[in-house]
Amino acid sequence: MDRFTWSNGLLEIHETLVIQQRGVRLYDGDEKAKLEVGIVMLTTHRLIWRDQKNHECCISIPLSQVIFFEEQAAGIGKSAKIVVHLHACPANKEPGPYQQSKFSYIKLSFKEHGQIEFYRRLTEELTQKRWENTPASQPIPTATGSQAGRTRAVGIVGIERKLEEKRKETDKSISEAFEDLSKLMVKAKEMVELSRSIANKIKDKQGNITEDETIRFKSYLLSMGIADPVTRETHGSGTHYHMQLAKQLGDMLQAPLEERGGMMALTEVYCLVNRARGMELLSPEDLVNACKMFESLKLPLRLRVFDSGVMVVQLQSHSEEEMIASALDNVSDKGSLTAEEFAKLLGLSVLLAKERLLLAEKMGNLCRDDSVEGLRFYPNLF
Amino acid sequence: MRRGVGAGAIAKKKLAEAKYKERGTVLAEDQIVQMSKQLETFKTHLEEFASKHKQEIRKSSQFRVQFQEMCATIGVDPLASGKGFWAEMLGVGDFYYELGVQIIEVCLALKHRNGGLITLDELHQRVLKGRGKFAQDVSQDDLVRAIKKLKAMGNGFGMIPVGGSYLVQSVPAELNMDHTVVLQLAEKKGYVTISEIKDGLNWERERASHVLDHLLKEGLAWLDSQAEGDPQYWFPALFSELASRDVTPEEANQMTP
Repeated sequence: MDRFTWSNGLLEIHETLVIQQRGVRLYDGDEKAKLEVGIVMLTTHRLIWRDQKNHECCISIPLSQVIFFEEQAAGIGKSAKIVVHLHACPANKEPGPYQQSKFSYIKLSFKEHGQIEFYRRLTEELTQKRWENTPASQPIPTATGSQAGRTRAVGIVGIERKLEEKRKETDKSISEAFEDLSKLMVKAKEMVELSRSIANKIKDKQGNITEDETIRFKSYLLSMGIADPVTRETHGSGTHYHMQLAKQLGDMLQAPLEERGGMMALTEVYCLVNRARGMELLSPEDLVNACKMFESLKLPLRLRVFDSGVMVVQLQSHSEEEMIASALDNVSDKGSLTAEEFAKLLGLSVLLAKERLLLAEKMGNLCRDDSVEGLRFYPNLF
Repeated sequence: MRRGVGAGAIAKKKLAEAKYKERGTVLAEDQIVQMSKQLETFKTHLEEFASKHKQEIRKSSQFRVQFQEMCATIGVDPLASGKGFWAEMLGVGDFYYELGVQIIEVCLALKHRNGGLITLDELHQRVLKGRGKFAQDVSQDDLVRAIKKLKAMGNGFGMIPVGGSYLVQSVPAELNMDHTVVLQLAEKKGYVTISEIKDGLNWERERASHVLDHLLKEGLAWLDSQAEGDPQYWFPALFSELASRDVTPEEANQMTP
């Protein structure tokens, strides 16, 4: 316990709080320290302990002093502890609660539990050694001796207080947010359970749920972000919202598709559309679900999935035969082509150029020469 | 007297079924109406929450993590649709969908160099740079969640665990366990040789060769056959920022061909 120094408990500029735990008593070696029960705080730089009742009584030790630590399981009538083995005192150590100690280790006794998480975070911090990256600034001069009298530089007190208040406020608002969030989640869970019950009924075909009602139900699921395999099977993933989207996309994508040889990767479409929207962006799933409706809405676009898993939107007017014929033409013309060369020729992305060549190969029009120098396609003369 | 069998029993059973069915109909329809009402109430609660804490979502990545985990626990995907309540009212949607756009753009820009494989660290750095000084900070967890959503659009977005973090794959190259393991082996130095694979993984030369060839073909590896000793297979995705530097065309012209 002689490794500790008196502290004001305030964090330095680059120091952040990692975890804190109430109800912790300190031990000097195996003997209870002459301190009461307090709160132990782990920061990126130090272990800080503060008396729960008397906040003035606050001590700290740099994490760099820790050699290693281990758990001590709880027993009958004994709380779980973490034993922390420490380096010897540095010569210029500031004063602390103990002048000397015969022990080179201390114990943290967790009277209100919390040792598991504390142990985990302590392990993380001692592995990462974040204090080495951002050394704490010079600590504000604190105690000169006993527990009672402490002098501080004048003027700093006000700043410290403001920082402390701000920190408390932030902590408070975050914990309030978490509380409110938990309450909100309880309500959301009720919605999930209700929707599951309805979905089950639909599956078992209990009663006559109309088409209309099913569609309404699906839109409720969409609002809540609840997936439902049952209605998806029977009615697909789209809703009215996606139908509207599909029509908008039909208008919006005509020109860009023409410019790009009639085909665009879905990720390209995603970027294009969302950049244009600026806000109220589409989710990836929204885009996919809208594109799936092109055919049923008789729009001149199609969503297509290649064997490789690449998804594209293509103009219906650009038929498969046309694409294959053009690929064959280009390859024959040049003797042979790689995906990169083909891409440059047509102004397509390499990804899509490759897909077209693969398609032509699949149909037997091209064959490949696959070497470490690259994948090259030739007209199929076999 | 026999029970359970006979016209009487059958008729009784049919009556019971019909009654149950009737009750079933009422219950299901009722429930949908009930859900509609509950949805309105929930929406109000969410609005209240949003008015108090919307900023928290934008400001605190810790809060976002907590939020996402809670949603996952109860079976809700707040990012499924831009039309969902969560996206609309909390603005979570725009945050992640925009991040998705930025991720795609970075991956596309670097693909010619790293074949479509990039460390999460590098992706993070470049996305942050692209977002600019005044934009909201994003954590690696945010990136991971955005990437998970991008998977819906095909195109092979995936994540490979390597060296305590991840490699983000953005092309549909087929990478099986063998490829992954070689990448993990190469992580420390950015390259690997056939001998190192044979020694480190206990494979035969042929297996190592086969895997490295595939990675070469996919553009994920470059071969340095002029290295001392064994030829070295380098992975641009693993080049650390410290060791590499973007080169302008002028600089490139001045370097030896």
